[in-house]
Amino acid sequence: MDYNLFFQVLINGLSLGAIYGLIAIGYTMVYGILGMINFAHGDVFMTGAFIALISFMMSTLMPAVMPVAVVLVLVLVVSMVFTSVWSWTIERIAYRPLRGSFRLAPLITAIGMSIVLQNFVQIHQGPRNKSLPDIITGVWTIPGTDIQIQNKQILVIATTAVLLAVFSYIVARTPLGRAQRACEQDRKMAALLGINVDRTISITFIIGAALAAVAGTIFFVYYGQINFYDGFIPGIKAFTAAVLGGIGSLPGAVLGGLLIALIESLWSAYISPDYKDVAAFAILAIVLIFMPSGILGHPETEKV
Amino acid sequence: MNTRMENFCTNPAKARFSGALFQGICTAFIAFLLFVFIVGLPADLNIHNELQITPQFGYLFNYVLIAGAGRFTWCYSGGGIRGAVLAFFPGIILFIAYRAWLYYISAAVAGNYVFSIQFGQLAITAIMLAALLAAAWLFLYSSRIRSAIAGNIAAITPAMQRYAPGMIIALLLIYPVFIVTFVVDNMAQSQKWIDNYAIQILIYVMLAWGLNIVVGLAGLLDLGYVAFYAVGAYTVALLGNHFGFSFWLCLPIAGIFAALWGVMIGFPVLRLRGDYLAIVTLAFGEIVRTILQNWTPVTGGANGLFVKKATFFGIPFERGPNGFAAFFGMKFQAAHYKIFLYYIIVTLLILMAWIITRLRRLPIGRVWEALREDEIACRSLGINTVTAKLSAFATGAMFGGFAGAFFAARQGRADYTSFVFMESVIVLAIVVLGGMGSLSGIAIAAIVMIGGMELLREIPSSLQMIFGPDFRPEQYRMLWFGLAMVCVMILKPRGFVSSRTPSAFLNRKKAVPGHFTVEGNG
Repeated sequence: MDYNLFFQVLINGLSLGAIYGLIAIGYTMVYGILGMINFAHGDVFMTGAFIALISFMMSTLMPAVMPVAVVLVLVLVVSMVFTSVWSWTIERIAYRPLRGSFRLAPLITAIGMSIVLQNFVQIHQGPRNKSLPDIITGVWTIPGTDIQIQNKQILVIATTAVLLAVFSYIVARTPLGRAQRACEQDRKMAALLGINVDRTISITFIIGAALAAVAGTIFFVYYGQINFYDGFIPGIKAFTAAVLGGIGSLPGAVLGGLLIALIESLWSAYISPDYKDVAAFAILAIVLIFMPSGILGHPETEKV
Repeated sequence: MNTRMENFCTNPAKARFSGALFQGICTAFIAFLLFVFIVGLPADLNIHNELQITPQFGYLFNYVLIAGAGRFTWCYSGGGIRGAVLAFFPGIILFIAYRAWLYYISAAVAGNYVFSIQFGQLAITAIMLAALLAAAWLFLYSSRIRSAIAGNIAAITPAMQRYAPGMIIALLLIYPVFIVTFVVDNMAQSQKWIDNYAIQILIYVMLAWGLNIVVGLAGLLDLGYVAFYAVGAYTVALLGNHFGFSFWLCLPIAGIFAALWGVMIGFPVLRLRGDYLAIVTLAFGEIVRTILQNWTPVTGGANGLFVKKATFFGIPFERGPNGFAAFFGMKFQAAHYKIFLYYIIVTLLILMAWIITRLRRLPIGRVWEALREDEIACRSLGINTVTAKLSAFATGAMFGGFAGAFFAARQGRADYTSFVFMESVIVLAIVVLGGMGSLSGIAIAAIVMIGGMELLREIPSSLQMIFGPDFRPEQYRMLWFGLAMVCVMILKPRGFVSSRTPSAFLNRKKAVPGHFTVEGNG
């Protein structure tokens, strides 16, 4: 077996998995609190990538030349802020009026918002692929092997790790995180105990969108191109990842993202790139059939 | 927010005004944040294929103003549906004013602005839209009109229930005759009305009725329904190409195969509930689509497969002495085949409606609905949930297979682009918007959504006369579809037809409001 190829594929898979994982967190948090599939989340991710692209191009128009690192941090922050506004608005317009309605209603509005977002971006940004030359260049070779690590891969994995640590801290340790977990367990009881449930849900959407914006920025930096329909497939894969990891669990989402991405990369490298989606989805189906609550999820108890 | 404002101003009218103004300004600010990048700074490729930002602050300003003014009107008029209808007025006035201004600028630069004509057209549009909105408002909010309409409907309801099916069937049967005799000059033009509108809508009605058995009756959320549609289409294509089977032989086989696939997919997912079921069916749908796309030797890959036309009792629809037209002594026309297809799908749909209404009264149909309401209660009453779920999957899939077979015969080919995830979503949206479980509601939803989408293709030519050639509403087609989905769901979460006729009843039958039925968890 060719170990060089194997490790190469592993590293590429990790970078892709970081992107899936970041999107999956948004799905898993919203599902945890509201019990709904936020179908528009994939398109929020795409919007984030577009905002990153535009703000990056704006930064090149500035008179003073800034170092790449500063530009990237600025782009990341701008994208996170503005994408959050999108997600907040979607929640406010399409999901909040339907709270307490039957379960399929918000799913349909979510699908509607996904269609709206995709077409809105298409109309105003044009249907063609937007591509830029690599922003971050440079490759490392691990001594003694042929394995190459690109600087941008290091950036992707490092950013994901740092942000994950920050947001896990928020959910685990801060009053906001406590409020979130309380809403997850029992919304009515949380409201009775003085938690502003609507605001907590809004903040959940904002956090999810901020992470999706990070994923979008990374996606655009990593692949160098973006299109209005690029949100759909990563969105579905990320939801798959969230379910695979056990929906409602943050580390589960990242683990699921990494697994899906690794399966995909290995399958494309060793078997056939055409059928990589089949592999990812087939494994999802198999895992769910034999382990319905995912890898790290809690088994649902059925109340009679 | 409101109480603070009320403390501030002693005059309630003034307080309402300033409160609404505050809301409007907040909304305008949020709209600015939303649109500043996506609308205001589009990054598109220029002539040299370089990515370039061309600021569009006019659009941005327009959107922000519309959002702010709309919100202000909504708040000031007290909110609700009434406020929403009223909020359209400033939006539309601002939109038209902005287009007029754009027109004026561009024409002033070019120096050929015929002011009076353009202004007249804009004014006519504005008046028409205002009249439309006023009519909508009157209709919704004049209590006298509403009660009169409600009274009329109540008066004719028993008669309608009795005669409606027969009348609808009669209307469906004379529709092509009506179109060919009264609407179009020659038969070739009837294509648009029969193929683009009627057949297209009826295919979606068929798919949605099929999915309705799974989602609406049995309460199993299926996001991969399009897989069965694809199975039907490719069955016809493959059997026809390799074994020379005719469409009529393939149609039942396609249904049987699709039903088998339904059982195959249904069996492993029996234990899953709710959203897990949704995601696994979605995954199956995507797997089927990927295989169709990539398994080129068998499925033809991106090129798809050729499908033979259906025949009229063995008489093919073709030019020449053996064709349908020659046999009946008519001149050959392509439209004959479309009209024939129309009657096939109408027949299939009538059969299907008959079967579904009968199924609902049979024990199996009642078991499906019981399963939707409470699975645990079903199990404790000794109902075999495995066979119930599998039969729901199989029956729904079978109808999907029929629709697929018909679709393949209509298109003359089967290729994977017709069986993407979006199709499943549209069909599910029709089922939910129509009101789950209600056949008539679903048919109305299909007519409104699919017919509306097709209608939007036609609008550009008329609107371009007013708003100039750079206004292309056909690209807003899917945007309107999405917005309509959101608005209908928010205003009528139970769908268009939100009452259900019970299939089993004590003493006498009465309609049940939709919110009494729960949707199942799978």
